[in-house]
Parts: sequence; C-alpha cells; structure tokens
Amino acid sequence: MSPSEPAGSTDNHTPPLTTGSRLGRLAGIGVVLLGVAGAFLYLGGWFTPHALTPARFVDAFERVAGIHSGFRRNHAKGVCVSGFFESNGQGTRLSKAVVFRTGRTSVIGRFSFGGGNPYVADARDMVRGVGLLFWLSDGEEWRTAMINLPVFPVKTPQAFFDNLVAGQPDPQTHKPDPEKMETFLARHPEAVQAMKIIKSHSVSSGFENSTYNGLNAFRFVDVGGASIPVRWSMVPVQPFVAANTTAADQGDKNFLFDALIASILQRPLQWHLMITVGQPGDVTDDASIPWPDGREQVDVGTLTLDSVESEETSPARDINFDPLVLPAGMAPSDDPLLSARSAVYSQSFTRRAGETKKPSAITPSQVRRKQR
Amino acid sequence: MTAEREQFTVSMRFLHWLMAAMVLTMLGIGVAMVASLADYHALVSLHRPLGIIILLLVVVRYVNRRFSALPPFPATMSSRERFAASASELLLYTLLFVQPLVGWGMLSAARYPIVLYGSLHLFPILPHSVMLYAVLRKTHTVLAYLFFLTFIAHFGAVLFHTLIVRDGMLDRMAPRRVRAG
Repeated sequence: MSPSEPAGSTDNHTPPLTTGSRLGRLAGIGVVLLGVAGAFLYLGGWFTPHALTPARFVDAFERVAGIHSGFRRNHAKGVCVSGFFESNGQGTRLSKAVVFRTGRTSVIGRFSFGGGNPYVADARDMVRGVGLLFWLSDGEEWRTAMINLPVFPVKTPQAFFDNLVAGQPDPQTHKPDPEKMETFLARHPEAVQAMKIIKSHSVSSGFENSTYNGLNAFRFVDVGGASIPVRWSMVPVQPFVAANTTAADQGDKNFLFDALIASILQRPLQWHLMITVGQPGDVTDDASIPWPDGREQVDVGTLTLDSVESEETSPARDINFDPLVLPAGMAPSDDPLLSARSAVYSQSFTRRAGETKKPSAITPSQVRRKQR
Repeated sequence: MTAEREQFTVSMRFLHWLMAAMVLTMLGIGVAMVASLADYHALVSLHRPLGIIILLLVVVRYVNRRFSALPPFPATMSSRERFAASASELLLYTLLFVQPLVGWGMLSAARYPIVLYGSLHLFPILPHSVMLYAVLRKTHTVLAYLFFLTFIAHFGAVLFHTLIVRDGMLDRMAPRRVRAG
C-alpha cells in the first residue's frame, strides 16, 4: 500500500477476527474502562466507607446540635465586627507578608461561641472564638480563626471527631453519656493533659477582654525565603477582669454578646497581634501542647475593632474563616489539624450556603437599641 | 496523487495529549480532595492553578483547531458514528471551557481569594453571593461527572475502533508520526 493512501481504508491483508478473539478484545476494553472508573471511585473514597471525611465530620456536628438552616455547623452563634490592623513593621523581619509592612489593613471579623446551636444561651464557660479576615493592600487575604483556649484539646482530626461523638447527647436522656467521655479520655491521654492546662487557665469576663489564640503552628517565610515556626495570639488592650461565674446574667440569653456590642459602641476595642517564634525542636504538629515559656514574642501591630453589627447585615456571615487562606509569607505547618480544619470548614460553608437564612440570635434591631 | 492528511497536526496532537493528562489529573484531584482531610489543602492548592491553565490552553487549542487542516473521518465510521464523534468533541470542548469558568465563578461568589501561586491571584468574576455559590458548586460537581462519562465514551469508542474494527483510529491522534497502510 502506498503511504499516500487515505487513513482508515480497510486493510485487506489483515485476517478477520475470530469470534473468540473479538470477544476477548471486547472484554479487554471493558476491563480497561472499568479499571479507570474504579480508580476514580477509589480516589473518591467509595471503597473506604468508614474513613473520616469532611462530610462525615460535618454530619457529626449536625447529629450533636441539629441542623440549623443557614448557620455554621460549628461556632454557630455570633456577631460581626469590622475595623483595621495597624502594623508597626516589626513583623517584616519574620515574614514577607504584606500585612506586616508598616501601615493599615482593613479587617472584618466575627465573634462566636463554639458549638452548633445558633440560639444557645450565653455562658462564660463556653469556648469564645473570633474569625478575622485581613484585606491586604495587594489584593491578597489573610484569614484566621482563633479561640480563647490556651491549647487545643486534641492533637488529631480523628481525636477531635471521637471527642465530638463522645459528647453527643443521648437520644433518651438528652445528655452526653459520661461513660463514653471517660472511654475517650482513657484512649487520649494527650486530651487529659490539654484539659488540665485549659482548666488552670483563668477565663476573662467577656469577649472584649479575652486573649484569642491561633493554637496551630504555622510557618513564616521571610524575603530571603527562610522559614520559621510561629504561633500567634491576639492579646487585649482592655484590662483582664476575671469571669465572675456566680454573677447572675439577669435572664439575658445574650448577655456576653450584649456586653461586647455595648463596649465597642462606647469605644473601639484593641488587641495586640503577638507572634511567638518557635525554636528548633518545638512541636509544630500538636496543637494540644504549649511551647515552652521564654519563647520570643513579637508585637507586630494593633487590631482595632470599631464597628459591630448583626450577622444579618454583615458580609462576614457569608465568609468562611478558613485558617489556610494565607498570604505569601505565611504557610501551613505540619499540623494535621490545619488541612482538616480547612476541609471541614469548607464542607460546612457549602452546606449552609444554599440554605434559607434564619434570623440570628443577635438581630440588627438589638444592635440598634444599644446605639441609642 | 495529492496526499490527504491521515493524522491530526503535530500541534493538535500535542495539545490533545497534554490536556488529556491534565484533565484526568484534575478529575482525580477533584474527586479525591472532597473526600480528604489530610490532603485537602495540598490538592485544592493544585486544583486552582491547573484549572486556570486548562482554561488558557483550551482557548489556544480552539484557535489552533480552527486554523488546522483536519484528517477526514475513517471510511469505517457510519454517519451516526460521525455525528456522535462530532457531538462529543463539541461537548468536550465546551466542558474544557465551562468547567474552569464555573470553578472560578464559584470561588468568586463564595468570596474566596483565587490564589494561583504565592501572591499571584485572580480577580473575582462574580459578586459575593452564597446562594449563587451553592448553585455553581453543585454545577461544578455535575459537570465533572459529565466530563468523566464523556471521557469514558470517547476512550471506549477509540478502543473499539482500534482493537475491534481495526481501522487505525488511534493512529490519527498518535503522538508519533504514523503512515497509513
């Protein structure tokens, strides 16, 4: 045959396939296609139905607190704030992130209580959180979600999940089964150690005078490309006042949020952003262990929050405070909680995004009443 | 005798195999990342820039196709097969273009920063709206499954022609130079 003959002309020299060989080839094609499909199902976790996934994590939050349409599956109750971060330039030797250059960065944020119930009554012993979003001048973003505990109660995503399940209310008694929690703690001695640290830490009287900790270790990368392990905290300028756990809240279900709103309306609230610089050998993959005392602390600037509003009117309600939205100059550490937090927050965000939004516990009119 | 082209041009074959590898990688990353805790961040960080590269490449590929001479369909293809082949090609081109745009749009609607690498990021192409995000996020999944099924059909049809009909179908897109006969 000449090379110029059109492609696809039937080659008369090829003997026809026997029925057996034809079936064999068809079977071969079937095996190849099934193999490709199987590989994708494997990657998607279809053959490991008991592995912990973001969806199963959020399912557990929903089993504990129920499904509240439109709300975050954890840290469901909150109010939104805005203001700015004034950098003093001290952070530039640690990280090349634009947010640390001397100057102002706009910030929006959200204060919240841990837990999936958006209408839970305020209590001083509940975990307080703050999510912050920094709009960097070059269009980058830094998001961080911090809580007022000194360490995280657990080391791994699986331990967090087991802790969540152990604390799930029994359908009959509507209370967590203490035996389940004991079993969990017996299996997780690191959680017992972390709880000791958490219990020995005195709680402040409100959101406005709490220290908020990033807990997980991160890495800062400087202009030269050198990387160091860091942790960060927001330390209040407002003086510490110990929580008086015996004082009555006078029947106000939102007394801690109301106090926060009243104090912001009175005068802007401020926190120092403190960077703790880790030393070689400091654990970066275990947020349940504090770093030794005496680590270098760098005050890199002041956060000022001068405006507060209900979730219903703030863009912060529809923001996912994913702790791995980091600008150039900041990077995740090897802490396994970080990627898991990012994945689970994203799952929670996607589920609530399409749901009808119900009124928040703190409504716009409640904030307005305080303004008068 | 005028030599009729029996293979796609070198540039078309190059873009075909490059994008085939990228798309399979993307479908694999996509299905794995939504089920992963430990690797979620690393996979998402790869998924975003790869998707944008695909969006750029499909534009290049479409223009390249418009200005390239195409080999005729093999004589062994019935008119129905030719229609199916043309339709699936159109569908694949559409998906190559639309799927990255839906991804970019859904991140925009969720007000996520669209980080490609380091401080390099894209502007949002849609306003901040979580309802819009919810719709686009579902669309992204549905289009991914459609993409995968179209790929399986395309791959299966080529294997059938090459191994059963034995009309040298694969040679048309083979990475190497293949002479007919």
